[in-house]
Amino acid sequence: MKNKLSLLALALTLSIGAAHAATPFEKMMYSSFEAKGQAGLDRLDQDAAQKFCSNQANLTGGGDAKLREKIQNDNMATIKQPSDGKYIGDWKSGEKIAQSGRGATWSDKAGSENGGSCYNCHQINIKEVSYGNIGPSLWNYGKLRGYSKEVVQYTWNRINNAKAYNVCSNMPRFGHFKLLNEKQMQDVMALLLDPESPVNK
Amino acid sequence: MKARILYGVIIGLFAVLQGCSSPAKNEASTAAPPTGGAPTDEIEKYRAMIADGNPADLYEAAGEDIWKKPMGPKNVSLEKCDLGMGPGVVKGAYTQLPKYFKDTNKVQDLESRLVTCMEKLQGYNSQEIIKAGFEKGKRKDVEAVVAYVVAESKGMKINTVAKHPKEKEMYDLGKKSFFYQGGPMDFSCASCHSENGKRIRLQDLPNITEQKGAALGWGYWPAYRVSSGNFWTMQRRLNDCYRQQRFPEPIYISDDTIAVSLYMAINAKGGTMNAPGLKR
Repeated sequence: MKNKLSLLALALTLSIGAAHAATPFEKMMYSSFEAKGQAGLDRLDQDAAQKFCSNQANLTGGGDAKLREKIQNDNMATIKQPSDGKYIGDWKSGEKIAQSGRGATWSDKAGSENGGSCYNCHQINIKEVSYGNIGPSLWNYGKLRGYSKEVVQYTWNRINNAKAYNVCSNMPRFGHFKLLNEKQMQDVMALLLDPESPVNK
Repeated sequence: MKARILYGVIIGLFAVLQGCSSPAKNEASTAAPPTGGAPTDEIEKYRAMIADGNPADLYEAAGEDIWKKPMGPKNVSLEKCDLGMGPGVVKGAYTQLPKYFKDTNKVQDLESRLVTCMEKLQGYNSQEIIKAGFEKGKRKDVEAVVAYVVAESKGMKINTVAKHPKEKEMYDLGKKSFFYQGGPMDFSCASCHSENGKRIRLQDLPNITEQKGAALGWGYWPAYRVSSGNFWTMQRRLNDCYRQQRFPEPIYISDDTIAVSLYMAINAKGGTMNAPGLKR
């Protein structure tokens, strides 16, 4: 009898659904949104980094330092190096990717190519006057830092997963969430690190 | 560049319209709000230029008619609708919203309150309004009435408070939602709206965690939106924020949208209600 009751209780819990419908906040979130286009309700599910950085205190550098480091290390471990060993693609294509802010919204066609939205937050080529300032200026990126293996690898990693270095970085994880494909990331790399790119003139 | 040409065309158009309708009011163009970055000065200039020719006027006039006209299955007007200051009181009503309403036992923003009135007074099906898209079906009427009601608080001080326990609870939920990161870009509202002096491209981003920025955000919406050529309510503004955050779509007048609105409105307390505004 007891077994039957606990089974019933379990069934009820499962049918209410979702391990997430627990707190009043989670109930509010999951009942206030609906899936549309490619933007499913699963986009409300948080990974460890998102959970950590939803706490205002952690955003400004507070919180559990060990947890911060662990999440960064876990993100670092997911980064894949380019399959063809090439880090630098075509800066002209990279500029187009940096300009485009399209992709991944419920009104974008699923499967269509995303942009990098880079100019939304960064100054890159100073010829572009319409740039945001959420991220630092990337003008003369390679010229200032050099073109060493370390700089190249660091830049690749940062584009792939900025949270490997700073868990609450505002920069999207372009490789981690497949927002950009490998070739696109190589092209953005070229915009920043090809000595021929106008960014390094 | 394209945008600048578009502004030029629209400025020209409104110059003509203004010349016809209100030739005596052109000195009112000094009331532009302060601005931070130089690149956005052009937008401010443009805003000031057409300050007394805001196309939101047309929505306000239509909204007043809809408010007063007997409609719906019960064929009554909205004139008995209680927006929080007693049945039928429109003047200043928007300055204290969102707020707790005893009859629904819920914290409501202007739009959810209007839907309640359309259901209870006029006999409309609220689900149909919730399911309709923006500018569609009875939602279109809600939007016009919003313009009318909001305009009746223009120039007044924002006075939304968290007194009732449900208001306090909703404010905390709204604040939590404001900082909630999700989706493939890891964005929350705070990613763009929690620091001073930030921009996306050339668009200034108000810091909604502070009174000054919250007043700039809450106090200038709803607004006529030049880039899309129509009037946007706060619900619609939030809908588009969430789209750009790469979130799923917020349900119209859902608790989350009201909680985030309450968070903004309370942070903005003491600021001036300038809506219906005029936005890029």
